[in-house]
Order: sequence, then structure tokens, then C-alpha cells
Amino acid sequence: MNFDFVGNRKIWFTVSIVLIVVGILFLGIRGLNLGIDFQGGSLIEFKFDERVSLDEFRNVLAGVDLDDEGAVVQPSDQEDIYGIMLRTRALTPEESQELTAALRAEFAGVEQLRADTVWPTIGEELTWRALLALVVASLIIIVYISIRFEPKYAFAALLAVLHDVLIVVGFFALVFREINTPFVAGLLTIIGYSINDTIVIFDRIRENKKFKRHKDYKELLNASIIANLPRSINTSLTTLLCVTTIFLFGGVTIKTFMLTLLVGFFAGTYSSIFIASPFLLTIEEKIPALRSKEA
Amino acid sequence: MGWKQKQILKAILVIFVIAISVASFWHSGINLGLDLAGGTHVVLEAQDTGSREVDAQTMTALNRIIERRVNQLGLSEPRIQRSGDRRLIVELPAVDNPDRAIEVIGRTAQLTFRDDDGEVLMTGEHLVDARSEYDQMYRNPVINFQLDDVGARRFQQITQAMIGEPMQIYLDDEWLYTGTVQSAISDRGQIRGFGSLEEAEEIAILLREGALPVPLSIEESRTVGPTLGQVSIDQSLRAGALGLLFVGIAMVALYKLPGLIATLTLGIYGMLVIGLLAGLQAVLTLPGIAGLILSIGMAVDANIIIFERIKEELRFGKTLRASVESGFRRAMTAIIDANITTLITALILAYFTVGTVRGFAVTLIIGIFASMFCALIITRILIDFAYDFKVLKGGHNFVGARR
Repeated sequence: MNFDFVGNRKIWFTVSIVLIVVGILFLGIRGLNLGIDFQGGSLIEFKFDERVSLDEFRNVLAGVDLDDEGAVVQPSDQEDIYGIMLRTRALTPEESQELTAALRAEFAGVEQLRADTVWPTIGEELTWRALLALVVASLIIIVYISIRFEPKYAFAALLAVLHDVLIVVGFFALVFREINTPFVAGLLTIIGYSINDTIVIFDRIRENKKFKRHKDYKELLNASIIANLPRSINTSLTTLLCVTTIFLFGGVTIKTFMLTLLVGFFAGTYSSIFIASPFLLTIEEKIPALRSKEA
Repeated sequence: MGWKQKQILKAILVIFVIAISVASFWHSGINLGLDLAGGTHVVLEAQDTGSREVDAQTMTALNRIIERRVNQLGLSEPRIQRSGDRRLIVELPAVDNPDRAIEVIGRTAQLTFRDDDGEVLMTGEHLVDARSEYDQMYRNPVINFQLDDVGARRFQQITQAMIGEPMQIYLDDEWLYTGTVQSAISDRGQIRGFGSLEEAEEIAILLREGALPVPLSIEESRTVGPTLGQVSIDQSLRAGALGLLFVGIAMVALYKLPGLIATLTLGIYGMLVIGLLAGLQAVLTLPGIAGLILSIGMAVDANIIIFERIKEELRFGKTLRASVESGFRRAMTAIIDANITTLITALILAYFTVGTVRGFAVTLIIGIFASMFCALIITRILIDFAYDFKVLKGGHNFVGARR
């Protein structure tokens, strides 16, 4: 097989930049559809014994007077039940009890499927802590990869990670799907996957370099990517198969999470081959400070 | 050591790992998080007051009082833990009225006796006992309370001066009852005016177990009802089993006998992870499952890396034995570096974060150790077995090895 992965890098970089820019545009225009975990609020899902229309539900809600103009009543996305989902500002336990009591007075078999109430500080804090952790982790990973490989590999690997995160965040801005903390867990999973995927290719580059069979760095990179290709394809096939299965059959609760993984794993596989490794050559050519000591 | 002894030793190691895992699961079981099993998760934050700043001592006191309140409510297996400097996380199993439970648990419950102008005469700090009862004479639910010696003396002085005047009783800002002082009262008193015995009992619990030293604010509460909890477990299990099944099928299709071995290894990986989760008493939550999925992906990847390497070595014309040997050796650095890098991320996440993200990080750490052990040791042993028993052959089993 003879394919110039590295030489055509401008094409791959352009594709990625376009995708990321589109994502960032949507992010800027509309932002992300932040759920209660980030914004605060209550999300209560009720189950009934019989069909209850949204208007009937709204009537009861009006009687309770939660004083919330922005309250949204929508059908539950759980299958096989008569369910209604309510989103409001964060309700106190008293208000929530009052609402449940009012519904019980009107309808039969009222059960809270779930009730989540979050005051905004917690979501913000979680996000900040996760970001802080990632910054620290990135620094340590740079050190680790620099020792085990070379500094430029560390930067290339982190660029690939950043690429994947931006693609996924952009995707969620584009489809405007509601995100909550599982999305954060999904992003973290993608970061892990991306690093794993990239390091394995870098390992091959490191190994091939020792044999000094290749006439230049570009050929070394291409040969290493190609040698690793069967593994890249088989691994992504297998993991995507697993994730797709769970996405389809895992139920509503984890759909957003699995979608995050699905998009992220695609991006991760792509970036290991088309971004991280070719970027090594860009660094080699453009940033003398990070150039390898021996050719 | 002879060939046979080595074989036996390896077989024992594999069986030992499986046995320990199964025993650990048998003994402790898996703690399912509330998002899977159903229940209520509340995060409470202690607030500074003008007179008291939140410190470790305050938190210990809060923890103790809340624990007693939860126990008094008759809830089974509650979990209460400190989180950071000023937070408590309370986890309750599925209850009938979670909102009510949250309300009772998080309430400051400072009892005050006030005069007609609302001036506080005395607080409930000297209260030693409070019982809800159905008062036969008065024909209503009441709370009978008892004061300690200091409280009794002071209460006597206060009530002595107030004979014939109304005295108001408040719990925090909630008015409970106003009664006219008939005579001087010392150590025993009664609060009336409750709508139901249930209501009286809830307030009696709060009085008996004492007021919180500082107020708590509810930061977050999540309740998963029993119906949804069961649905989540069923769906996750079904999807997880299907996912693993498809991975197994794909591995066998791609790598034939070695693929089957990898699938077996994945099975052992599954048992090992369950055993570790049970042994470490870790709580498995939805984000935790995310961590496991990533580590399964990495375990599969490790096997694929090894098999592709063995195929390459075969292509170079090496013997099967030598190919297996060098295939594993060459795959080793890639697997170890990749896993360590991910492990660094997971460790730092576990250290810096709480709740959701931490759950993810902890299972990921467990998963990484299990997956490295399985890929580098268990797969190796099983491949060696297959070779020794002459079922593993070069070209045909490693399909695609021949050019």
C-alpha cells in the first residue's frame, strides 16, 4: 500500500479546520443547549396510569402557581409509558411536593420517574474542576510523552485531543442536543480514546525510527501509519460496533452519552491518522526548537 | 521448572483470578449508584452564619445530626459522606416521598419560644427529648418535650413572668403554635396544633435530634424513581451484553481462534472488573459505565495490536512460536504507554473532581489495570496454551498473515 498520508496533510488540516470553524460558528451564534446540570433548574418526569395531555398537565401546573414563565412541558422520551416531562427553575422540596400533590388529586397513578434539581453553582463548579484537572493532566502528559518519546509528539498528541473535543462540541452546537454531566463524562472518554489511539501510532514511529530504513522523516511517518492501519481500522470497527449497539439499545438515559462517544471515536480515529502524525512533520519543518536531534 | 509445571502454574493463575473475582462479587456484590438503582441523592452545603463559620467541627456535628435524622426516618441503608470542606452528600434508597425526606433532612430545625412581639425568649438547645403522641384529653396530635436542668430553670423563670400571656413556638421561621401560659412550667411542656400524627412525629424527630449548628442549603437533588431505576438497569445490562457479544463476533470474524481467545479474555476481564468493583466497594454509576466502556475499548485495542503484530512477524517469515514471542514484545510498549497516559488523566480527574466525573475516573482506573493485566498476561497464557496444545496454527488462524 502506498498512500501519502503526510504529504497531503494540508487537505486533512483544511477539512478539520472547516469542520471546527463551522462548529465554532454555531457555538457562537446559538451556543450549546445546556441542561440543568450547567444552568440550574428542575427537571421532573412524571408517569401516569392513563394518557394525560400536555394541556391537562399545564392546567394543573397553572393551579400550583410556580411563578415561572419559562416552564416547559413536553412529552417524556421514555418508551412504553404515559409520561410528561417538566422543566422549570429550581424548585424547592416544598414546591415540588405541592406540585405532585396537585397532580395526584387530578390524575391516577402519578409517579415521579425522576426529579433532578440543580442550583447553578454545582454545574459550574463541576465544569471548572474538570477543566482544571484536564489542564493539569495535559501538563503531566506533555512531560510523560516528552520523556518516553519527544516533546513534539506530546504537542501533536494534545493537538489531536483538542481537535476531537472541538469537533464533538461543535457537533453538539450544530444539532443543539441538550447536554448534561454525561456529556462531560463522554468528552473525557473521548480524550482517553484519542490519546490511546495516537500513542499507538507514535509507538510505531518510535520503533521504526530505530531501524533507520526510511529515507526521510516523511517516509518514516507514512510507513508507520500504514503499518498501523489494520489495527486502526479493526479497533475502530470493533469499538464503534459496541458503542452503536449501546446507542441503539441502551435506552434514553444514556443516548446523549453514547452519541458523544460515537462522534468522538470517529474524530479520534481520524485525528490519530490524519492530524497527529502529519502534524509531526509540520512541527519538524516549521518549529526548529522541537526538531528531532537525529534525523 | 519443567514445561508441565509451567503450564499448570499458568492455569492456576487464570483460575485463581477468576475464583477471587467471583468470590469477591459473591461476598460483597456491586453497589449500584442511585442513577441506576433508583433512590435520592442530595448535595447539601453548610452556610456560614454571623456567629459561626463552617469548620471541620461543624461538619462533623452536621454529619452526626443528619445521620440520626435519616435513621429516625426509618430509611434503610442511607449513605452520608463529606465532600470537600462544606458539603455533605446524602444518598437515600427509594422512598415514597423523596421531597419530604429532603425537606426534613436539610432543615435547620431551630426551635424558638417567642413572646407576642416576636422577641426570642429561649431556643430549643436545652431540649433533651421530644415525643409525638395522640393527646386523649385534647384529642389531637401533640409533641411532649422535656428540658434539661438549665433549660428547666430558665423556662420556669420565663413562664413565671408570662402567666396569662400568649407564648409563640416557632420551628425556624415556621409558626407552630401559640399557647397561653397557664402556670409556671419547668422541665416538661407540650406543643399542640398539629394536623396529623405524622407531621407531629417528623417535627418531634427534628427536635429530638437537635438543630443543625448552621443552616444547610440544597445544592443539588436527584431522584430516580423505582420504575426508571429498573428500566435503566435492564436496558444497560441488555445493551452491555449485546455490545460485548458483537465485539466477540467481530473479533472471531477478524482473527478466528485468536479472536476467540480475545473474547474469552474479555469475559475474564469482565469478571475481574466486577470482582474489583465489589472488592473495593466502589459504586457503579452511569458515568462509571462510561469508564468501563473506554477500558473495554482499550482492552480490545490491546488484543488487536498484539494480533496485528504477530501477523506482521509471521509475514517476515518467522516461525509461529517466534512470531508470538516478538509480537507480544513489540506490542507491549505501545500498550503500556497508551495505558499509562490514560491512567495519568484518570488519576488526576479522580483527585480533582467529585461526583459524576470522579465516578468515571475511578472505574476507568480499575478498568485500565484489569485490561492491561488481561491483554498482557491472560491473553498471553491462553495463546501459549493454544500453541502448546497444537490448536494454534500459523497462516490459517491468523487470517491475512499470508501476503
